[in-house]
Amino acid sequence: MSVILEVDGVTKRFGGLVAVNKVDFAVEEGSILGLIGPNGAGKSTLFNLIGGTIKPDEGRIRLDGKDVTGWPAHRVAREGVGRTFQTTALFEELPVYLNLAIGYRMRTKTNLFDALLRTPRARREQKEITQRVIEVLTFVGLGEYFDRPAGSIPQEAQKRLAIGIALMGRPRLLLLDEPTGGVGPEETGRIIDLIRRVRELGITVCIIEHKMKMVMGLVDRLVVLNFGVKIADGPPQEVCSDPSVIEAYLGECIA
Amino acid sequence: MKWIKEKLNFNLLVGLASLTLAALLPLLLQRTSGGKYNMIVLTYAMIWAVAACSLNLILGFTGQACLAHGALVGIGAYSMAIMVERVGINYWLAFPLTCLLTAFIGFLIGLPSFRTRGPYFAIVTLCFNVIVYATFENWTWLSGGLAGQSFEVPPVLASRTTKYYFVLAFLALTVVVVRQIIKSIVGASFLSILSNESLSEAVGISAFRNKLLSFTVSCFLAGMAGALFATVSGRVDYSITSFLHSFNILVYTLIGGVATIAGPVIGAVGLYYLLDRIKGFGEFRYVGFGVLLILIIIFFPRGLMGGINQLRDWVKEKRSTKVAPQGEVGS
Repeated sequence: MSVILEVDGVTKRFGGLVAVNKVDFAVEEGSILGLIGPNGAGKSTLFNLIGGTIKPDEGRIRLDGKDVTGWPAHRVAREGVGRTFQTTALFEELPVYLNLAIGYRMRTKTNLFDALLRTPRARREQKEITQRVIEVLTFVGLGEYFDRPAGSIPQEAQKRLAIGIALMGRPRLLLLDEPTGGVGPEETGRIIDLIRRVRELGITVCIIEHKMKMVMGLVDRLVVLNFGVKIADGPPQEVCSDPSVIEAYLGECIA
Repeated sequence: MKWIKEKLNFNLLVGLASLTLAALLPLLLQRTSGGKYNMIVLTYAMIWAVAACSLNLILGFTGQACLAHGALVGIGAYSMAIMVERVGINYWLAFPLTCLLTAFIGFLIGLPSFRTRGPYFAIVTLCFNVIVYATFENWTWLSGGLAGQSFEVPPVLASRTTKYYFVLAFLALTVVVVRQIIKSIVGASFLSILSNESLSEAVGISAFRNKLLSFTVSCFLAGMAGALFATVSGRVDYSITSFLHSFNILVYTLIGGVATIAGPVIGAVGLYYLLDRIKGFGEFRYVGFGVLLILIIIFFPRGLMGGINQLRDWVKEKRSTKVAPQGEVGS
């Protein structure tokens, strides 16, 4: 197994606050990594650093050995990093199918003139987009909502759509920021099932999650952050019996 | 996707019907008293409709408020008049050159101002409009001052009727261009920036490049509106670059329906014609303008066309909840 993502001594400061402090970890290709920690531990900041939304002050981030530190978000995405956001981010006014189609934009080459003149390339890619949309629509199970505005479908369906958008461009690495946040227990099961199926496609997954039970059964490895510092890293059972983790979680971690 | 086809065909039908109506209108108008005058008013209205469609591309479909469309139309008009009258370039060559020049100016404005997010673009374009107006007002050697720059159109375009059809053709072209873009994946990228800029960056879309592209095309069309204005009026003075025009184009777009394809056309033609009919009220007309704008923004945030679409969706929903049984969620 090769390492797909390498976070090497990454630090991010906001004013006097060190949100992420010299964090190191590596993710193996095809695995699911869980990222946990109390509120404000720097988990989402770390995702933003990997995804290129913000730039680290120190340290390197490597994708498949390629240094992508400080790259803008759209270039990181093109390298094969798909992501979802903590507060579900969708193109809310646009229909579900268009949300997905936009996710595939980076894999198409249609330019303005192709669009204006409906060139063979534009038509070919349009077909390709439609095909991919149907594929992903089926995969995430949102067929019945395909023409509804994304903001109007149920919360849990929105979460699946967000994952669907990220899957459109065939990422190698998927960053999921609380994919089951604000979703009931029964529906949580459906999302976990989806994440497992994503892994079966060979996509590496990093997941931020608060629901410990869910994380324990899902991930191959667990990284624990507290106040921006990595305090534990290893197989989930091992990490959970770590005294410093139990302390950070006030004992909540004993799953 | 059968329903897409149905919807498209319906819109296409309405579009073709309106075009036919607009094409037949001069025949009707010739029979009425004051018909010639109304035809000129409608010709100008259609020019502003081109400008409104152009604004709609960057404002409505890409979400970047440009407050310089008056200046851009003015630059187009001046470029046309000066190229033909002073430089001696052939009219038919000057026309596309004008569009390209305006597009290039737009590109130059966009280059620094799209580097940042937020209201900076609106501020930059507003300042640009003020600068352009001040420049044309003071550099009389360039603008010809109040007398302006007169301009001779080719004999083919001399009559009112041919001018009407000429402008109508370009308006139809503009609508088709905007539609082709918006229905394509390129337009979808624009829409994604309007809807959620962070997410579109996260799916590999460069907001900077797409805003720049959208604005450059928008300016190309604004330049075209300017070239048409010079053609129809036969004289350009610096008042064309006034902020008042930018404001008017904005209001036409907002009232007609921002982010709809037909909205800006309906808004511009309807309002320009209406404003001309109540010319007797002078400056007081704009008070009514303001009230109308407030009402529209409160009740129909997407303008008249948006209101119609809302109504259509509502009817569709009523129908579908009656007929369609609830399907199973998921697969």
